[in-house]
Amino acid sequence: MEAILALESGKIFRGRSFGASGERHGEVVFNTSLTGYQEILTDPSYKGQIVAMTYPLIGNYGVNKEDIESRGIFLEGFIVKERSRIVSNWRADEGLDEYLRRNDIPGIEGVDTRALTRHIRLRGAMKAVISTEDLNEKRLVKKAKSSRGLVGIDLVKDVTVSGKQEWNKRGKRKVVVVDCGVKYNILRELVNCGCRVTIVSAYTDAREILKMKPDGVLLSNGPGDPAAVPYVVETARQLLGKVPIFGICLGQQMLGLALGGRTYKLKFGHHGANQPTKDLRTGRIYITVQNHGFNVDAKSLKRKGIEVTHINLNDGTLEGIKVRKLRAFAVQFHPEASAGPHDARYLFGEFVEMMKSAK
Amino acid sequence: MPKRKDIKKILIIGSGPIIISQACEFDYSGTQACKALREEGFKVILINSNPATIMTDPETADVTYIEPITPEVVEKIIAKERPDALLPTLGGQTGLNTAMKVAEAGILKKYNVKMIGADYDAIKKAEDREYFKRAMLEIGLDIPKSILAYNMKEAKAAMNKLGLPLIIRPSFTLGGTGGGIAATKEGFERIVNLGLKNSMIGEVLIEESVVGWKEYELEVMRDRKDNVVIICSIENFDPMGIHTGDSITVAPAQTLTDKEYQKMRDAAIAIIREIGVETGGSNIQFAVNPKDGRMVAIEMNPSVSRSSALASKATGFPIAKIAAKLAVGYTLDEIRNDITKKTPASFEPTIDYCVVKIPRFTFEKFPEAEDVLGISMKSVGETMAIGRTFKEALQKGLRGLEIGHDGLDNKKDFRKISDSKIKQRLTKPNASRIFYIKYALQKGYTINNIVRITGIDPWFINNIKEIVEFEKLIRIERLKKKGLSAETLGEAKKYGFSDRQIADLTGVEELQVRKERKKQRIEATFKLVDTCAAEFEAYTPYYYSTYDVEDETRKSKKKKIMILGGGPNRIGQGIEFDYCCCHASFALKSLGYETIMVNSNPETVSTDYDTSDKLYFEPLTFEDVMNIVDKEKPDGIIVQFGGQTPLNLARRLEEAGAPIIGTSVASIDAAENRDKFSKLITKLKINQPPNGSAYSKGEAKKIASRIGYPVLVRPSYVLGGRAMRIVYDEKSLNEFMKEAKEVSKDEPILVDKFLEDAVEVDVDAVSDGTLTVIGGIMEHIEEAGVHSGDSACVLPPHTLSDDIIDKIRKYTHALSKELKVKGLMNIQFAVKGDTVYVLEVNPRASRTVPFVSKATGVPLAKIAAKVMVGKKLRELGFTKEKRVSHVSVKESVLPFSRFSGVDILLGPEMKSTGEVMGVDSSFGMAFYKSQVAAGQILPVRGSVFVSVKNDDKRDIVFIAKKLSDMGYRIISTRGTYKVLWSNNIKVKEVGKIGEGSKEILELIKKGGISLIINTPSGEGSHSDMKPIRNLAVMHGIPCITTLQGAQAAVNGMEAASKGGLEVKSIQEYHAKH
Repeated sequence: MEAILALESGKIFRGRSFGASGERHGEVVFNTSLTGYQEILTDPSYKGQIVAMTYPLIGNYGVNKEDIESRGIFLEGFIVKERSRIVSNWRADEGLDEYLRRNDIPGIEGVDTRALTRHIRLRGAMKAVISTEDLNEKRLVKKAKSSRGLVGIDLVKDVTVSGKQEWNKRGKRKVVVVDCGVKYNILRELVNCGCRVTIVSAYTDAREILKMKPDGVLLSNGPGDPAAVPYVVETARQLLGKVPIFGICLGQQMLGLALGGRTYKLKFGHHGANQPTKDLRTGRIYITVQNHGFNVDAKSLKRKGIEVTHINLNDGTLEGIKVRKLRAFAVQFHPEASAGPHDARYLFGEFVEMMKSAK
Repeated sequence: MPKRKDIKKILIIGSGPIIISQACEFDYSGTQACKALREEGFKVILINSNPATIMTDPETADVTYIEPITPEVVEKIIAKERPDALLPTLGGQTGLNTAMKVAEAGILKKYNVKMIGADYDAIKKAEDREYFKRAMLEIGLDIPKSILAYNMKEAKAAMNKLGLPLIIRPSFTLGGTGGGIAATKEGFERIVNLGLKNSMIGEVLIEESVVGWKEYELEVMRDRKDNVVIICSIENFDPMGIHTGDSITVAPAQTLTDKEYQKMRDAAIAIIREIGVETGGSNIQFAVNPKDGRMVAIEMNPSVSRSSALASKATGFPIAKIAAKLAVGYTLDEIRNDITKKTPASFEPTIDYCVVKIPRFTFEKFPEAEDVLGISMKSVGETMAIGRTFKEALQKGLRGLEIGHDGLDNKKDFRKISDSKIKQRLTKPNASRIFYIKYALQKGYTINNIVRITGIDPWFINNIKEIVEFEKLIRIERLKKKGLSAETLGEAKKYGFSDRQIADLTGVEELQVRKERKKQRIEATFKLVDTCAAEFEAYTPYYYSTYDVEDETRKSKKKKIMILGGGPNRIGQGIEFDYCCCHASFALKSLGYETIMVNSNPETVSTDYDTSDKLYFEPLTFEDVMNIVDKEKPDGIIVQFGGQTPLNLARRLEEAGAPIIGTSVASIDAAENRDKFSKLITKLKINQPPNGSAYSKGEAKKIASRIGYPVLVRPSYVLGGRAMRIVYDEKSLNEFMKEAKEVSKDEPILVDKFLEDAVEVDVDAVSDGTLTVIGGIMEHIEEAGVHSGDSACVLPPHTLSDDIIDKIRKYTHALSKELKVKGLMNIQFAVKGDTVYVLEVNPRASRTVPFVSKATGVPLAKIAAKVMVGKKLRELGFTKEKRVSHVSVKESVLPFSRFSGVDILLGPEMKSTGEVMGVDSSFGMAFYKSQVAAGQILPVRGSVFVSVKNDDKRDIVFIAKKLSDMGYRIISTRGTYKVLWSNNIKVKEVGKIGEGSKEILELIKKGGISLIINTPSGEGSHSDMKPIRNLAVMHGIPCITTLQGAQAAVNGMEAASKGGLEVKSIQEYHAKH
């Protein structure tokens, strides 16, 4: 079946449909990871986005029950050059096509994904429609233009859990994770560090969180525009100084806002597993996993007490901040990796140290 | 960290001659490193015995020693140059081993030289299997269970403990020489025996077999601040059990989930840290059990390698260049990514295409050797192809291999292949297994069945199956509609089908497919290799073709010259031609042209994106080249420099309107076409051996009886003496014609009178159309009949009279004028008595161009390239043949130790893989150096076994006398013994093998023989001596098979005994006095 990807710029990419059929809109971004499409598919941060993989051969090793990062697939559509017809891996349970169909996600293959990537690089991430139903190019472009996009839209509400969930029963330190679309591997890493993890909805306020007497709070990753989730920013502001805080990705942006900073939208964001990040405190370089379209403006945080701990070596953007006095720190990248290199795992250790010293 | 201040002068050890497992990749890496270090202000001292390298160009390093790479010579250079540091990681195993020996001998300490990059301990830990194993266990990594053995008893005990099948790996050898997989007790004993002998330290590792597991490689880099990045992952198509150099390999890894890949990445980082490679690149191999994912570390190479060259070309990340900068103190974040310019080198390249490397084998040159692949490397070259899918890259790679396939095509009709043949070709890994996988699928084998037999991952087999299915679709559509729809044609191109394949499937001519394609606007698009999957803008025009929507080529207004490279290395066409292509590019760049390189060989300097203004990494076929021509519209195309590959395309390219420059295609044809050439020779009144050309066996026989046996028989339009043979009688002629016909296809077979005992002479010259200047005249050491590529030669000639040389010059000028040569030409002469015969004329770059350039200091290829774009030799200041006062000897290096059972005799079919050069003030010493450099260590004392054919018995007396006088003991079998004894030479007799005596074999095994001189008589009757020669190869005893070679060797031994070996750089040799 034919499928079309239409961009708001007017550019059209034709391909073949796989996975589910239908029509979905979202912001189209490219991801440069060579492996880990299953983790990417199940990363809630992609809510509202259509993801194009730059690596052309996707689906080779199928999908399995273990390599998931959330309870489902939240992205809007998936674009590849060639989808594997065969699954080859000892852990594989099913193929990509079946998986997407089961999760009602439209996929499109046969696209010149490099041309798409270059287009986005030059013009910026943009709104798009993927469709197997309507094959009228003009109409689709119009639909893309009139879709809501990401800016100012609260997407956290679509991905956060409701209420409270115990992730594990035992652990030396109690960590409350404010779920704005948390990846499971953040939770797994916390458990590996000996934490007892409780996940709470993004709507949970500071008072309620503090009532749980946590040793630390983790502001999770999540989709979309940080400015559109003022309620979590407010929670963060109130928690500051009262309990050690660790922010990851959207978590850093919300912490940044809570500290009085500004966020802005990057041209096409960072989505990949090869981003060089420097820890300015040690000079060490870590290959990090990143997935963000917004960022904290470093200039807006130029205040005494706020330390810039990490920067991106590709474009010099802010990648990590720390406020020692308030026992809060955050990184823009994903120390939990998955998919991607494990280089930055040490930050979970740093969180534990921070919780220890807070006692 | 900025660069180190404690180092000013750095010594680099090159890898020496091209051999199986050590090829151009070290020229590529070494050249990059030299350039990078000089850029940083360091003084670079280089030792490399291989003249055919860009690395040994006088401009590459500050001081260049083309000298034998031995610890003694390295010490002499250190004593003379006093470098502060030694960088051992650029010269392959040769570089590492030599550096280790130099360190062990205390030389580095004596002269206060530091090892940088990887130090002694790190190399030891990585290279010594026992150390490596301990290190892996130390960091908690899984490895195959193994036991070391130093003798057969220990080996058997290990076998009983671990159980068969087992892998036997000798320690400290090149490319796994002598190793093997044993499934039976007998096989085990045989391989252990061989391994113990081959190991430089008499040690073998007996290892749990992981044969059939998935094989992976990671290219890792580390800097002084302990930052580590992975440059590339490689998945082997062929599973464990086949040397990675002989495997089809794919980048990036295809069938690992992120979880498994990251586990491997973590392991690789832990390994480079534990081994302690302080800075630079390493290659780490892993095996993964496809059933449960168990991952084991296999080995680590603590230096740049064939794989690192491949990874560099596959990603655009120049590993060797970065490694050199890291070695002198920089950290990854301080080095810029050349391609993006804005981002640092401290990242992991990501790619948006699929890369397939396919090895090129030359089993046809060694008919006695079985084409079975194992853990000892046998391939002589490789091609790399880039596509947007595996299918496309695989098909591009197969046509880029230049073995007569146009992709994964149907050279054989699967219906005519028996089931047992298919099973056999699938079961035992071999050079053509990839095609048999296709035949098997066509015959209806299931994917699972093939996976079970071959151990190859189902993902790969399925992709091949998709190609097979698509072929069916093309066939069906053709039957239904007489022609393909635009959609099917476009899809076929995306699957990597060549126009030729489509033509075959649809029963039309290739050009018709091309025309149809153009009509439907289905044209190749070119995309960039940019290290970052288009995340950043790329400034380096490094392209590959695919059939997709967007084309990224950039137009420029400069005058453009396109240079066609030589494709994969093979015997007969290798680094020498790549050298010429690079020089053409350098020269034309200096004249302001935009140079465009087209090549498919990932090992080479020519495919470094730094070499030319634009690089197209493409197969060298008519279709692929024309696609680029259509896009770039070059002002000229050079086909003279890449060997036979581009030359074979010349006619068709010209017919298609491509602007070939230099000597005209008509002239090339006049030189190659036997009839036209004979007419030309007659016209010029030059002698040629009586000859004729034949299209059939009958015609060949007629010619042979007319001109008289022996005759030299060969196909036309081939390089390296492919299927060339001296035939002594009609019976052998009958036998040989079949093979010759196969190689020759529709072209005629050439039959020449063979001139026995003639001296062969090679001439390289350059002409601008009016003036011709000789670059060098080389006299072969071995008699005519030994392929010029296998023969040693000396420049200037050392036995020819002035009259003869003048005649050679005269003929050269006449031929050049008549053929209107514009550019390079090479002529082979044979001198018999006072007569000079022309054997062949090649109006193109020859294998000897780099040697001549190094010997004379004249950059012939550069001059020729400039001439081809219209410069005159007078303008270029090259008007006179350069006379030199030193003597240069070129010696060839042969791969016999790789092919057990193959006799080492030299003949008209070229067998050598590489060459070395010896330079000195006298012939004797230059020859001696060339022998040492080639690994033929001529002894200074000991016993020499002499056994020669009847024709040589008179002349051997003088040689034996000299040897005896110099204090060597002479040992002979009866015939030779009698002659020597009756000439009053002290000689000991040993029994003949043919008469049941094992005496001589025992002597060789015991180490009682240090040199063998054995000249075999004509075909057939030399079987008696074959075991002796084979044993010599196995034990590394120099074995000389021609009288002329023996004479030269004695000269060398005499020179060596008189005084030690002195070193002198080529810059000193060519300094203007």
